[in-house]
Amino acid sequence: MKRNQRWILPILILLTVSIYINLPNHPGIHLGSFHKDIKTQLGLDLVGGVQALLEADLPPDAEITSENMQTARRIIEDRVNGLGVSEAVVQIAGDRRILVELPGQRDPDQALSTIKDTALLEFVDFGDLSTQEVSLLINTKINTDYQTSSDQNESGSSSSDDPVFHTVMTGASIKQVGVTTDALRRYQVVFELTPEGSQIFKEYTTNNTGKILAIVLDNEVISAPRIEEPITAGRGSISGNFTDESAQNLSIQLRYGALPVPLKVVQTETIGPTLGEDSLDKSLVAGIIGLSVVMLFMALYYRLPGIIADLALLLYALVTLALFRWIPVTLTLPGIAGFVLSIGVAVDANVLIFERMKEELRAGNSIERAISLGWDRAWPSIRDSNISTLITCIILYWFGSTFGASIVKGFSLTLALGVLVSLFTAVTATRTFLHLLLDNIKVTKHPKLFGV
Amino acid sequence: MINIVKHRYLYFAISLIVILPGIAALMVWGLPAGIDFSGGSLLEIRFNSALPETEPVLDTLSGFGFSDAKIQTAGSDKLIIRTKVMDEGTLASVLTEIETEFKADIELDRFESVGPSIGKEVALRAAGAVGLAALGILLYITYAFRGVKHAFRYGVAAILAMLHDVVLVLGVEAMLGHFLGWEADSLFLTALLTIIGFSVHDSIVVFDRIRENERIYRKKPYETIVNMSIVQTLARSINTQLTVMFTLLSLVIFGGSTIRHFVLILLIGVFSGTYSSIFNASPILVVWENKEWKTWFKRSPA
Repeated sequence: MKRNQRWILPILILLTVSIYINLPNHPGIHLGSFHKDIKTQLGLDLVGGVQALLEADLPPDAEITSENMQTARRIIEDRVNGLGVSEAVVQIAGDRRILVELPGQRDPDQALSTIKDTALLEFVDFGDLSTQEVSLLINTKINTDYQTSSDQNESGSSSSDDPVFHTVMTGASIKQVGVTTDALRRYQVVFELTPEGSQIFKEYTTNNTGKILAIVLDNEVISAPRIEEPITAGRGSISGNFTDESAQNLSIQLRYGALPVPLKVVQTETIGPTLGEDSLDKSLVAGIIGLSVVMLFMALYYRLPGIIADLALLLYALVTLALFRWIPVTLTLPGIAGFVLSIGVAVDANVLIFERMKEELRAGNSIERAISLGWDRAWPSIRDSNISTLITCIILYWFGSTFGASIVKGFSLTLALGVLVSLFTAVTATRTFLHLLLDNIKVTKHPKLFGV
Repeated sequence: MINIVKHRYLYFAISLIVILPGIAALMVWGLPAGIDFSGGSLLEIRFNSALPETEPVLDTLSGFGFSDAKIQTAGSDKLIIRTKVMDEGTLASVLTEIETEFKADIELDRFESVGPSIGKEVALRAAGAVGLAALGILLYITYAFRGVKHAFRYGVAAILAMLHDVVLVLGVEAMLGHFLGWEADSLFLTALLTIIGFSVHDSIVVFDRIRENERIYRKKPYETIVNMSIVQTLARSINTQLTVMFTLLSLVIFGGSTIRHFVLILLIGVFSGTYSSIFNASPILVVWENKEWKTWFKRSPA
C-alpha cells in the first residue's frame, strides 16, 4: 500500500462512526454493561433556565476543605433533584463556589429558595418511649406534626401506621452552637436559644422531665437524649456517643442546616425559553450560511484542491459535531459561535498548503512534487500557529472554570476541539483525498484544475 | 514585488491614527464595565403587548429603591433594565408591578445578577488571563524560533502586534460604550482573548516564512527577506482573513442579537489582527534589526 493511502481506512471508519453518532434521535449505545446516551447537550442560553453561582459565606481567609464542598454539592444536588428538573448540573467551581444550572426552570425565585434552604432541625417529643424503643428509632426517618401539618388534610389514610410525633420547636429558635467536653471528657454539643425559644424550652422541659426529647434533622433522628432536669436558662447540651468530629459535624449542621458550608448566591442568570429557542434557530442558520460561503470561496479560488478541502471541511464538521455529542460538550451560544468561527480557521491550514503548492508549481515542480513540498513546507506554520491558539484556549478554559462562567468555558472548549480536529482533516484527510484523485485522473494535463 | 517594509513608518502611522482616538476614549470615558465585572442586575423584558415609555417604568423601579436604574429599548418589544443588585424575591414583585401598572403581557427573557465582590474578582482574573496568555505565547514563540538569531525579538514583535489589536479593540469598545451604551462583559473578554490568539496566529505564519527564507537567501539583506516573506504569505493572509470574515459576517447578519456584540468585536479584532501581523509585526523586526530608534530624534540632513 502506498504511503498516501494508509489513511483511507481510518478516515472511512471515522466518517462512518461520526455519521452514526450524529444520527438524529440516537437511541444511545448499550453494550453489555456499557451504556451511553448520545444527544446534543444544549446550554441554558439555548433552552432557557436558571443558573446560579453560590459562594461559601465565610471570611476569605477561612479554610474550606474540599470534602465540605463535595458534601455541600451533594446536598444541593439532592434538593435540585427534588425540584424535578431534568439534567440539572451542580458543579464545584474553584475552591469556594458551586455552580447550579437548572435547564427549563422559569422561576428563579422558587429555584433559588429551594437551593438555599437550610435543612430542617426539629426538637421532637418522644413522650414515654422506652430506651430500647428509642434506640431503634435513632438514624431512621420519622414523621412529625410540624412537617405534615401543611399537607395532612387530604391524604388521611396512607400513613396511619406510622406514628406522628409532636415537634416542640425547630432550629429557627437556635441562636448559637458550640462543642465542649463534659467532666468525663465526653464531647457534647451545646446550644443557646433565642428568647422565644428559651421560653418554649423552659415550659416543655419543666413539664416533661425524665422523658425523651429527640433531635431530628431533615426527618432523621440523630440523637435522643433524656431530659434530666428542666432547662430554664435558654441553654442546653446534647450528649451522645460523640467523637470530636461527629460533635463538630452536628454543631455545624445545627448552625447552618445540613450544609457543611454556608452558601450565598453571588450570581444568577435566568434565560426565558423564547429567547433561547430563537437564538438556537438563528445561530444554526448562520452556521449553515457561513459554511456554504466558505466552501464556495474555496472551490472558486482553489478549484480542484478547493473542492477537496471542502470535502475535508464537511468531514471536519461531522467529526466535531460527533465529538460534541460523544464527550458530551454542552453547546452554548458562544460555543456555537466558536464552532462557526473554527470553520473559517479550519480552512486556514488548507489555504497555507495550497498557496505553497501553487508557488511550487510556478517554480516548475511537477504536481506530485508540488503537493509533497506544499505539505512539508506549510507544516511548521500550521503547527506553530495552532499551538498558540491552543494556549489561549487553555487559559480561557481555566478562567471559565474558576468562575463557573460556562459560556467562556464552552467557547474555549469548542474552539480547541475545532483546532485539533481541523489539524487532522485539513492536513491528513485533504492530502489523502488529493492523492486518491491523482491516482485516478491524469491531472497533469489540466493544470487549470489547480488554478495555475 | 510590492514593498511593504519600505513604507513601514506610513503603516505605523496609520495604526496610530486609528488607535489614538480609542486611547483617548479609554482615558476620558473608560471601559464600560458590564455587570459581570461591576456587579448589579440586568433584566431583559419582552412585552407581548405595547411597549411602555421608559420614564414611567423608571418611576416604578424607583418605588422599589432602584432610582439609579438604566433602561434601554431593544428591538420593538424589549426593555433592557440595569440596576444595582436585585434579589429574586424583589424581581418577582417588580415584574408583577410592571404587569399590573402597564396592563402589560410580559415575559422575562433574561435576568442576570452579579454580586459586587465577585465582579471585582472576575475583572482582576480577566486582566490576569490576558497577561498570562501573552506570557504563554511569548514563551512559546521564543521556544519555537529557538534556532533563529534573536528568537526573543520575534516573540516581542508578535506581542507588540497583539497589543496593537488589544488596545484598538478596547478603544473601540470604549467609544461604542459611550455612544451606543455597549458594555464589556465576560463575552467581550472571550472575544478579546480569541483576538489575541488570532493575531499571534497570523504573525507566526509570516515569521515562519522569514525563518525559512533566511536559511535559503543568506546573502540578501534582512529587510529584503522580511518584505519577501510578507509578500509571499500575503495571499494566504488575505484568504484566511476572508474565510474567517465570511463566517463572522454570517453570524452578525443571521445570528441572534445575544451574540451580535461579541461577533462584531471579533470581526474588528480579527481584521486588526491581520493588519498588524502584515504591517506591524514583521516591520518591527526590521526596525529592531537596524536599531532605527537611534535616528528617530536626530534631525535629518537637510
